[in-house]
Amino acid sequence: MKSLEGKVALVTGGSSGIGRAAALAFAREGAKVVIADVLVEGSRETVSMIQRSGGQAVALETDVTRAEQVEAMVKGAVAAYGRLDCAFNNAGVGGARAPTAEHTEEDWDRIIRVNLKGVWLCMKYEIPQMLEQGGGVIVNTASVAGLVGFNGTPAYVASKHGVVGLTKAAALEYAQSGIRVNAVCPGVIHTPMIDRTVSKLPHMAEVYRKMHPMGRLGEPEEIAEAVVWLSSDAASFVTGHAMAVDGGLTVQ
Amino acid sequence: MVLVTGGGSGIGRASALTFAREGASVVVADVVVDAGEKTADMVEASGGRAVFVKADVCRAEEAEALVGRAVGCFGRLDCAFNNAGLGPGRSKTGDLIEEEWDRVLDINLKGVWLCMKYELQHMVGQRSGAIVNTASVVGLVGFVGAPAYVASKHAVIGLTKSAALEYAASGIRVNAICPGVTRTPMIDRIIAERPKMAGLYRELHPVGRLAEPEEIAEAAVWLCSDAASFVTGHALVVDGGLVAR
Repeated sequence: MKSLEGKVALVTGGSSGIGRAAALAFAREGAKVVIADVLVEGSRETVSMIQRSGGQAVALETDVTRAEQVEAMVKGAVAAYGRLDCAFNNAGVGGARAPTAEHTEEDWDRIIRVNLKGVWLCMKYEIPQMLEQGGGVIVNTASVAGLVGFNGTPAYVASKHGVVGLTKAAALEYAQSGIRVNAVCPGVIHTPMIDRTVSKLPHMAEVYRKMHPMGRLGEPEEIAEAVVWLSSDAASFVTGHAMAVDGGLTVQ
Repeated sequence: MVLVTGGGSGIGRASALTFAREGASVVVADVVVDAGEKTADMVEASGGRAVFVKADVCRAEEAEALVGRAVGCFGRLDCAFNNAGLGPGRSKTGDLIEEEWDRVLDINLKGVWLCMKYELQHMVGQRSGAIVNTASVVGLVGFVGAPAYVASKHAVIGLTKSAALEYAASGIRVNAICPGVTRTPMIDRIIAERPKMAGLYRELHPVGRLAEPEEIAEAAVWLCSDAASFVTGHALVVDGGLVAR
């Protein structure tokens, strides 16, 4: 039984990693998928992966930090498939590694702009469309760094805590309008973003692994499952929640 | 192969039916025989497989026998939903009588621990398993006039996190669910005694309604499934936004 048959799902940051895995999982559950990303090539690859498995998808080139592009993205999704039922606001950047006193302003601005303002802009344009339809479901990508602190990535930690707060605020505002808003808080996940860090700093592989009581990193598909579940009717009473999918990391 | 305690009504019954819908064989445990047997009958009527076992989960020998029976029935124990519990009373901390404190903590907290104790012993041998404990939104925030209930549910979350850490490397996941106020016989009784509670409960939830037992069941079943393979030690909130504000 497919849990999202006939639905339309939007995934930002869908060119790789968690976004790509979520796009594939949405399609597997019967949704038509709109992939938005600044990276066009990766998005097109995600689209063809979905098409090869018999699903429907389109790619839209979108920089989520620019209001006019985000507005166009939502319009584009509706133009392609007629509506917008599920939005997974997942586009984000990793943290520049520098402690609070040494962080550059440029890095700060870039990280907050993509990870936090980008999520807000997406919601800003998704919500009116969902209100017009009478409902919808939003999932935002926060992080375990949205629940606890980490050394050496202050802007990233602040941005992800911000996403959790923003998620709760929006959940309250639209609870009576048929829109549910939740966040996922992944631990460290095997994505290109993390693979890049590990190839620069090989000792991080072991550090990342040991952070998780389960003794391993998460796979993008494991986050995708949580996103799809939160987006489905099975989660009809879940709103304003920050779901940790972290192999026990934040429990310690 | 799934064990559901408190399976005779409410969230437990809805979960037994949902586990069965997903293809699991279910052992339904409850102290109330009629209710537990009825749940098992409902599962069988829906085409599933179920066995009822009478058990008082706050007695070690009964919890141990329950897990033994469960394994005996279906050969293994993949998932356990430790859900048996008592509802909130209506005394403030200074007025609560000791008997009520002991009874609530015995069932809601010690009962969960005893169930986990014997379930874990078995799951360690299998090197796999998933446990879900029923906490509550009052495992996360306080509530007026239910000190023992609030303390017991906070403690269930602490216990869940401890067990999650201890068994993370053994292939066993342990999570809790935190329902908001759910339309169960337990809540119906409170509303029947004090009709004004209906509106109060509704207003507690930003979505403007109570949960249905089936909505909590979906969360318990998802946490037990392989889709949640990287989720452990988590307190999953199913509360229509209650704790978000």
